[in-house]
Amino acid sequence: MNNIFVYLEIEDGIVGDVSLELLTKGRSLAKQLNCKLEAVAAGHKLDGIGAQVFPYGVDILHLADDKRLAPYTSLPHTSLLVNLFKEEKPQICLMGATSIGRDLGPRVSSALFSGLTADCTSLEIGTYEDKKAGKVYDNLLYQIRPAFGGNIVATIVNPDCRPQMATVREGVMKKEIKDAKFVGKTRKLEVAKYVEDTDFVVEVIERHMEKSKLNIKGSPIIVAGGYGVGSADNFQLLHELAATLGGEVGASRAAVDAGFSEHERQIGQTGTTVRPKLYIACGISGQIQHIAGMQESAMIIAINSDPKAPINQIADYVITGTVEEVLPKMIKYYKKNSK
Amino acid sequence: MSFNIVVLAKQVPDTRNVGKDAMKADGTVNRAALPAIYNPEDLNALEQALRLKSKIEGATVHVLTMGPARAAEIIRESMYRGADGGYLLSGREFAGSDTLATSYALACAIRKMGKVDLIVCGRQAIDGDTAQVGPQVAEKLGMPQITYAEEILDLSDNKITVKRRLERGVEVVRGPLPMVITVNGSAPECRPRHAKLTMKFKRAATPTEKQEAGNDYSDFYDLRPYLNISEWGVSDIEHEIQWLGLSGSPTKVKQIENVVFTAKESKRLTAADVEVEDLIKELIANHTIG
Ligand SMILES: Cc1cc2nc3c(=O)[nH]c(=O)nc-3n(C[C@H](O)[C@H](O)[C@H](O)COP(=O)(O)OP(=O)(O)OC[C@H]3O[C@@H](n4cnc5c(N)ncnc54)[C@H](O)[C@@H]3O)c2cc1C
Ligand SMILES: Nc1ncnc2c1ncn2[C@@H]1O[C@H](COP(=O)(O)O)[C@@H](O)[C@H]1O
Repeated sequence: MNNIFVYLEIEDGIVGDVSLELLTKGRSLAKQLNCKLEAVAAGHKLDGIGAQVFPYGVDILHLADDKRLAPYTSLPHTSLLVNLFKEEKPQICLMGATSIGRDLGPRVSSALFSGLTADCTSLEIGTYEDKKAGKVYDNLLYQIRPAFGGNIVATIVNPDCRPQMATVREGVMKKEIKDAKFVGKTRKLEVAKYVEDTDFVVEVIERHMEKSKLNIKGSPIIVAGGYGVGSADNFQLLHELAATLGGEVGASRAAVDAGFSEHERQIGQTGTTVRPKLYIACGISGQIQHIAGMQESAMIIAINSDPKAPINQIADYVITGTVEEVLPKMIKYYKKNSK
Repeated sequence: MSFNIVVLAKQVPDTRNVGKDAMKADGTVNRAALPAIYNPEDLNALEQALRLKSKIEGATVHVLTMGPARAAEIIRESMYRGADGGYLLSGREFAGSDTLATSYALACAIRKMGKVDLIVCGRQAIDGDTAQVGPQVAEKLGMPQITYAEEILDLSDNKITVKRRLERGVEVVRGPLPMVITVNGSAPECRPRHAKLTMKFKRAATPTEKQEAGNDYSDFYDLRPYLNISEWGVSDIEHEIQWLGLSGSPTKVKQIENVVFTAKESKRLTAADVEVEDLIKELIANHTIG
């Protein structure tokens, strides 16, 4: 009762990174709240799920195994969660801000009349004072997210309704194994008790899912380009530097919009969140929506022709110069000095 | 046979072009400084609805929007592009609604419309980027949903087939009517205003707007019923008051902050060869690269 629940996204028997990241966050929130961490897996052939999630500190894993639950469709997964939550009364429910979580979350919140905050960038525990009602609430989930196009950050709370629901994008939270040997309890759900036959009304006729070939999020070095790179041709310079250093290429939205780079490479509030060892920002001005996705990089080098570019404020090294001039030199001197 | 399509559309501040004066000193948003626009993905939704209308004999498209009096503008905007009419849901009881209270109010209004075969909304509104209202309306009405729609491929035998655009792929799904569909920004753009329709509907107005205009045009509107935009207040819909507005909103805003990043002490270099080479050597030495 009153535990933290994480809904697991599963594709081909593999739990998505976003869910593992939420388990890591859920684990630390559970510790703070002194409650248990539970996970829900709904799909088919779920035997391998336990081994994937227990190391993240899942105390109880609920398995709803039914051929009809995979691939995901809205109504059956909604019914499963709604009925399970009516029994278990979680205090917090976390989901990925993915095309599944953002389809499922609102539906569940609507059925349970519980508040849902989309796309949180930070989750914390704290108190809330409702001055009008003269009430103080302890141990609420602070759901922190950018609003108004990223120009402000809002802290949202759900004082009275449970569960407190939030979605979080992939890459925003860190993924960290707690104990490789830990094994929690598994609870097999009798699916027919939770889901009606009439929930299976939408059928998936065709499905083409691509495994992302890029691994920007996992790359220790990112060479990111902005509108200032000037052209798709010039972006080749970035690819060359990234290949030389053993990194990946990222891009700002302006660079993606201009067609210099692929959408998959976009970094920022509406792209991927990254925290590499080294981030080299080439011709990127550093608007808040971009910075939101890379500010936690351990080291930032900004290459910009404008000495007053906002990105310089958060950079460890500022090289005032053009991309065309600086990048070939970096490649040259790396090759010369590395063994 | 009638086929009634309702498009949910919202008027939003244009957060994509937030200028310096859009933020007040206390960190809150100065809505007045932002132009009000038709939420972009709701236009994609309208286009899907209009395409169905042209394919289905007797189909109608009506736009439902909840907002202040000036939100009637987007209903007119829809009519210029081919919608048959619309409903404005307005009143102070709706103020302070989060997505749940909004979807409750919209669901009540949709129920009042009688037979509705298809509800089409945008995926998300750019003022909040939540993408919640569509699925929440579906749940409240007990209808199935298809989110992230990019194209309606087929509608036959009371079933609709839709192509969905997901982060990592595409899906084609089929489900029964009535249905709620939310449309992605990757769907075809909305057709432009039609000159003849713009002429025809230029004076379409809500009762409030007619009153504000002052003159007694009642004859004018009596003779042209298609120019009347319906305006519903809280007393026009069947509802339970506690689910509306602030009391119907479980989420509360605790705090709003301006985004500030802590500036770092940075080392400044030029593009000169020695400086670039020294930097590279330093990065190799401290194992950042290499
Ligand atoms: C809701 C919302 C979400 C958003 N999400 C994101 C997001 O996820 N990611 C993102 O990146 N943006 C996002 N944006 C857009 C963001 O606000 C900026 O518009 C964008 O990041 C700017 O990209 P840029 O820095 O590449 O381009 P610009 O701002 O045009 O900057 C180009 C820079 O290049 C420099 N330059 C020019 N020529 C050269 C040269 N030859 N050599 C070196 N430097 C040069 C210029 O001095 C300038 O600083 C979002 C915006 C909104 C409203
Ligand atoms: N006040 C409103 N009036 C009409 N439709 C709305 C309203 N708010 C949201 N919607 C619809 O719901 C979609 C998702 O909105 P949101 O959950 O706010 O991102 C929008 O694209 C609209 O189609």
